[in-house]
Parts: sequence; C-alpha cells; structure tokens
Amino acid sequence: MADQNQNNLGRRQLLIRGAKAAASIAATVGVARWLYDSKGPGAKEEEAGFLGTLAKGLPDFSVPRKDGQVISIVKGENRAKTVSKAIELLGGIERFIKPGDVVVIKPNVGFATPPILGATTHPDVITAIVKLCYEKKASKVIVTDNSINDPASCFTISGISKAASAAGAEVVMPKDSYFSPLTLEGGSLIKDWPVYCAPFAKANKLIGIAPLKNHHRSAASMTMKNWYGLLGGRRNVFHQDINNIIAELAMLVKPTLVILDGTVTMMTNGPTGGSVSDLKKTNTMIASCDMVAADAFGCSLLNLKPADLPYLAIAEKAGVGTVDYESLKPLRAEVI
Amino acid sequence: MKITTVRRINQLFFFALFVWFCIVATVGNKFWQIRNWPINWILQFDPLVALGTIVSTRKFYGPLHCALGVVILTIIFGRFFCGWICPFGAIHQFVGYIGNRGKKVAEKIRLNIYRKAQCVKYLILVFFLGMAAFPSLASSLQTGLLDPIPLLTRSFQLVLLPIFDRGAYLTSVNARYYEFGWLIFAVFATAVLLNLVIPRFYCRFICPLGAFLGIISRFSIWRIGKTKSECINCKICEKACEGGCEPSGNIKIAECVLCFNCRDDCKHDLIAYQTVPSLAGETQVDVSRRGVVLSFVSGVVAAPAIRLSGKVASNWYTGVVRPPGALAEPEFLKRCLKCGQCMRVCPTNVIQPAGIEGGLEGLWSPILNNRIGSSGCQLNCVACGQVCPTSAIRPITLDEKHGLGEFASAGPIKLGTAFVDQGRCLPWSMDKPCIVCQENCPVSPKAIFTKDVFTTVRDGVVSIKQITGSTIEIERGIPADKFRTGDYYVLFEDGSRCKISSNTATSVGISEGKVPASAGKIEIQVRLQKPCVDIEKCIGCGVCEHECPVSGKRAIRVTAEGETRSKDRRLLL
Repeated sequence: MADQNQNNLGRRQLLIRGAKAAASIAATVGVARWLYDSKGPGAKEEEAGFLGTLAKGLPDFSVPRKDGQVISIVKGENRAKTVSKAIELLGGIERFIKPGDVVVIKPNVGFATPPILGATTHPDVITAIVKLCYEKKASKVIVTDNSINDPASCFTISGISKAASAAGAEVVMPKDSYFSPLTLEGGSLIKDWPVYCAPFAKANKLIGIAPLKNHHRSAASMTMKNWYGLLGGRRNVFHQDINNIIAELAMLVKPTLVILDGTVTMMTNGPTGGSVSDLKKTNTMIASCDMVAADAFGCSLLNLKPADLPYLAIAEKAGVGTVDYESLKPLRAEVI
Repeated sequence: MKITTVRRINQLFFFALFVWFCIVATVGNKFWQIRNWPINWILQFDPLVALGTIVSTRKFYGPLHCALGVVILTIIFGRFFCGWICPFGAIHQFVGYIGNRGKKVAEKIRLNIYRKAQCVKYLILVFFLGMAAFPSLASSLQTGLLDPIPLLTRSFQLVLLPIFDRGAYLTSVNARYYEFGWLIFAVFATAVLLNLVIPRFYCRFICPLGAFLGIISRFSIWRIGKTKSECINCKICEKACEGGCEPSGNIKIAECVLCFNCRDDCKHDLIAYQTVPSLAGETQVDVSRRGVVLSFVSGVVAAPAIRLSGKVASNWYTGVVRPPGALAEPEFLKRCLKCGQCMRVCPTNVIQPAGIEGGLEGLWSPILNNRIGSSGCQLNCVACGQVCPTSAIRPITLDEKHGLGEFASAGPIKLGTAFVDQGRCLPWSMDKPCIVCQENCPVSPKAIFTKDVFTTVRDGVVSIKQITGSTIEIERGIPADKFRTGDYYVLFEDGSRCKISSNTATSVGISEGKVPASAGKIEIQVRLQKPCVDIEKCIGCGVCEHECPVSGKRAIRVTAEGETRSKDRRLLL
C-alpha cells in the first residue's frame, strides 16, 4: 500500500497538480497575449521622447512691445554700469521682471576659457543681471547653457559659476535627461530634435546674454547664435546650413530680453579666441527686445554689414525682428 | 575590546577612507569634491608601487615615501597591511565570511588549511619584477595588473562608481564611459567571487603585494605562534584563519596576515603574538629556489618577447595618444600602474583604459579617445598629471602645457596631430559647408585654417530664361529654397559672382551685386571652406575630432604623429 502511494498520485495530489498546471498554462498564454505584437516595428515608430510628449515649441517669454524702447546702446567700459544703464533706458528692469518671476539666464558658456579671453559671457554682466532680477523680487534665477567644451570646466573656468552662485542664482549643468525632442512649426531643420527644455519648465522669463565674437562659418556669433546652446544631440550637423539654423533658433526662442556685450569684441580667431590679441576694446553694451536689431547693430563692431550675415535677413523675413535697427530709434547713452 | 574587533574597525576605516578618496576624485569645489583631498594616499602607501618603480626606474620617486613606513612597520610587526589596512583584503575577508557563514567548523578548517599552491603569489611577484628589472632588454612595469591597490582603485573608479552613480550623477554631470571597463570588472568580480571557493583566495594565491610583505616579514620581531608545542590538536584556531598559515602546527609565517582570529578562537590560550617563534615550529617563505629563478628568468625574457610586436618601436599604433605630460613610451611603461586615477579625474572622460593596441603591456594604460566624453583634452586643464601617483604623466603646469613663460622656447605640448580625412570631410568630398573643426580649435591662431573655394553644384549649370531686377528666371527646375542658405552663389559667364538670397523651383534671387547684361547661362555654386591643419600650430587636443559631425569614423582625427614626448614620431622639420 505504501509502495503504491509512492508510485501513484493520490486523487488529491492529482487535482492539485492539475490545477497548478492549468494555472501555469493560463499565465503563459496570458503573458503571451499581453505582449503580443502582430506587426513588429513599423517604418515610422512614434518617438515618445524623454518627457513623453513631442513638444511643439518653447513658451513665449517676451514682454509687450513698446515703440521707441526696443533697443538701447550704451557706451562705456564698466560692464555693471553699462548694462544697468542699457536696461534703464528700455524702461528699467521692472518692465521685464515682476515679483515672483522665475528667470532663466542663458549666457554663452561654450568654452573652457577664462573671462579675460572673451570667448564666454563676462561674469560681471551675469552678476549685474542676477542682482537686478533679485532686486525686483524674482523668486529664482537660473543660469544655464549646454556648453561645447566640458560643461563643468566651462562653468568653472569662465568664472560664470562663481559669479552666478555669489549673486544667488542657481547654476544648472546640462544633463542628458534635460533634453527633449522638439519640432519648430514652420521650420525645416528643428524637427524632432533634442532641445534643452527642462530648465524652462517652471520659468516665465528668459534673458540671453552673449559676447560679441567673430565666427568663421557664420561671420559673427551674437545674441541669435547664442541660442545654439539650447540644441542637444549631435547638433554640429546643422553647420551645413548655419544661417537657417540660427534663424530657426531665433524663431523658436522668444526671450524677454537679450544683452549683447561688446565691451570687448573678438575680432579674429573666433569663436574660441584663445589670445588677448584676438580682442579689441569696443566699449559698447546693447540691450534689446529685438535680437535681429541687436545683431544687426553688433556686426558693425566687427566691421561687417548686415548683408554679410544672411541669417539676419532670413530671420527678419520670418518676422523675428528688424535688420534696420536705426528705424527702431535706438536709445543711446554713455557712462563713464 | 578584543583585538579582532579593533582590527575590524581598522579595516572598515581604511575601506571607508578608500571609498571616500574614490568619490572625492570629482572635479569641483564642494567639500566632497577634489580640492586638496590626498586621493592617492593609499596608492602611495603601497610598498609594491614603490618597489616596482624602483626596480624599473632605479629611483625612489618622492611622493611614494609613505611606502617606506609600511615596509619598516612590516619588518617589525609582520603583514599587518594585509589584515588591517588593505581595502581589497577587507572585501575578500567580508565576502569569504559571508560565503562560508553556514558551514560546519570542520568544513571551515578544511577551507583554511595551508596549500602548497600559495607559493604562486611569490612566483607572480618575481615574474613581474623580472619584467621590470633590465632596461637594456626591455623594462615594463606590470605589477599594477595584480597589485591590489591599483587593481581596486581602477575597479572602483572606472567600473563600480560609474555603475552605481547612474541616475544620481553625483560624481559626473553625465554618464561616464570606459572602453575596457568590462575587462576590469571581470577581473575584479572573479577575484571577489573566488572567496566563495576558498576564503581570501586572491590574498593567498595571487597577490604580489602580499608576497612582497610576506618576504620582508621574515625578520619581524613579533609573530603569531603557539606558546606550547603540544595541544589537543582541535584545530579550532584554523576555523577563521585568514592567511591559511596553519597556526595549529608548523606555522607558515609569511602567510600570516595578522588577523588574530586564531588567538581569539583558541579555547586554551595557547596562541600568542610573541617574540619567539611558534613552539610548534615555524616555516619561512615556502617556495622552491628553482621556481623563483625560473619565474624571474621568465619575466626577464617575457618583457622583450612582448616588445617583439614592435609596438614600442617603429610599429607603434597611431591611436596611442597619451595624456599631456606623459613620458616617452619606454619611460612611461616603466611607471604606469594602470590605476586609472587620470581617467577618473579627467573632467571630459577623454582618457580611457587602453586595450592591447599599444602592445600587450599597455593594457589599461591611459589613452585618449576623442569619441568618448564631453570634449577632447581641455586646453586649460592639467589634472591628469597632478594625480598620477608615479609621474608616468608628469605634473605639468599650464605654462608648460601652453609653452609660455620659461617654456616659450619649447613650445606647447603636443599630444599628436589632427589629420583631415578628405574622403569623409563634408566640404572636401560632399560639397557641404561645415568647418565645425575650425570653429572649435582652441589654439590662437587656430591650427585649422580653411581654403575657400567655389564649386559648381551637381546639375548646377542652367540657362537663363529672363532677368527681372535681381531675380533670374531659369529654364530648368531646381530644388526650391535649397540655395537660399547664404552659402550659394551664381556665377555668370563674365566671371562675376553674386550671392543667392532666395530661390524657387524656376528662379534665383540675388541680394547684392549686378546682373551682367549679356548673360546666357549661369552656374550655381557653393562656397566651401575646406579645413586644413597647420601642423606647426596643432597640439593634438582632439576637440576637432570630438566635434566633427561625421559621427562614426570622424573626418578629422588625432593620431600620435608629432607628439612632443617622442622624438621619433615628429613631423616638423
């Protein structure tokens, strides 16, 4: 009897085992049904992107236009003074920053070079702008860029990290996860391309601050070219069509204000420079609500004409701004 | 407090210190970032680092002086480093303990018996020293492959930290990559898992540092031993013996790592740390003279045998671009420990552990891979040389790197030279404007200059239908909007040229210039700036290679020709 029990399943065991087998089969079929994909990968797989959606653009950070207060040009050596004066001429910082605002500042932190070489936005301008924002009770100021050279080195060596932190701003380094694919409506180049979106998630103001530099490919790197720093991925492929990508970036980004720092101008060997002999004192600070106008003026400091920068005309045609900056009646001043 | 508890606290402390030094090797100004933390401390304490470099270079490099202290203390006290300090030893001890927890006492005693094969580590040590000993044949420092401190440093810095920091990114802005990280990991994992076979497998059978310390502990004043020759022979003292040195009988004193477990475990207090040898007998290094001689000679012969590849001579591999300040290859190979500190501290991640492309002996030594990391070798950075524990990469200053001040006559340090691959370059072979390489060249004046040419585009010769103002209507259809990018021009029959500002399928518009009166045909041309490298200016930093939009095999690549550190690779007259 005992032997028989060992060799044959009892009814009870048989039922239990049968039930377990049935459950295993049901689970296997269930998982197979759940994962079943009859088609396989299609030719055009929908990209979900990092944030789950394909953004259509960046928010509009601009403030209402005031005729006669679009662009200001201030002469002087002291960046803190000239940039404050330039903003004052446009109606003061209160026109741009309201209490509680979250402000993103986008300097050019492309290269790991010290401020004296002029390849990056000068820390003095950052300090001045961050302070102005906090004076008008901005709740938070973020300073960020997607550098070309190693980001940590760029932010440190350029002095921007130190200046921004000292003035109370938050310095944000470009992490891979901060980019999400974005498509510019009406654009032909920025299509499903990773753009530096995360820092703008909670911001409602954006100030671009660019140095004024010679650039062999696009003739000049100023406020519009500065937005190249928002592109992610292997963005250098766009150099094949540099003028249109700069114009499209200017269409994509609608900043509150742009600052063009022509206190020194990089006349040669741009945009990296690398020697003080590449620089020239031009003692000019431009603040503008119109990037096209700012850059159109800026190229005069490089001894260029607006026609030498085809992206200006393309951007003007797209409605970004005005090449003929004189028609905007720039406000001029000089501070010593 | 029991002495074994003190030992455990000590091990934990040095392990934590080691991990801390690994974490703080991060660029930045916060307290947990590099600042002035002595991240090489434990490497500098390692007597085998000192011994290896002394044998290969015949010099005792200053920063390694701490090792002298360890040697002196070992001569007095025995292998305390292995049992009390070594962080790799601590890992082995812990894993061995966990892995054998549930086993019976008899089984544990069996695991810890002395094995004749424990002499292998001495043979490994002697083999490595043989490889380094004769510069006239070929001197190659390979102790770092198995020396536990460089091995563990490399494993933590290049493998464990990047894996565990994924997602958090405390130690880097973005994910770090190390090309031969998998092999480093495989060695580390094997060494750790072998503890499940025999506890402290690595320490007992492989570790060349343990072997060295075992040899010099021969005259130690105090040593573990029995206070009576006879006992009940329960062997409980070998239950947790870390060294496998047979304390119950004739103790193999060179194997003893001073764990003191035997002294703790003996129920009859018959084991002590004393000045007299064990009354049950004591054996020094248990290795045959024949084996030692054979290993040494094998090492002496192995070094030139590896060099038969010619990788340190005319057959040098072009991709072996060393960090700035690296010594000439033969000298470099005498010093590099493959510890990975330079690769860890490099802010851009461009320094990579090599495979065997630079010869078998170059495994895991630092080379630059400009396709990995954030941006080639940064012009204003000398971090790698500052952390190199043996000066295989010299601690250069920025002035020396840039060729300024007292180094003006020597010129900047060149890592190699960038070469344009004209067949892959967009302007050279595809009629596409680009020059990203030129833009990013950090040298002033730029080492990359352009030759500007106008080239007629494919199917670019078209007949004019009609001219109205600045718009030229043409006979044949062309792609709309393609030529309005600012890079395209119209070449007229009289040789004059105008920039195209707009174009439809049947017309082109020009912005400036005059349309000649007698125009029959036009040629649509693209203005190309073709990049060329000025080899007198190029420093081989690789930023151009990193930025080149031809993302696979780059259209501009740095190879080691022209590098400052070796005369035979120069290009300049």
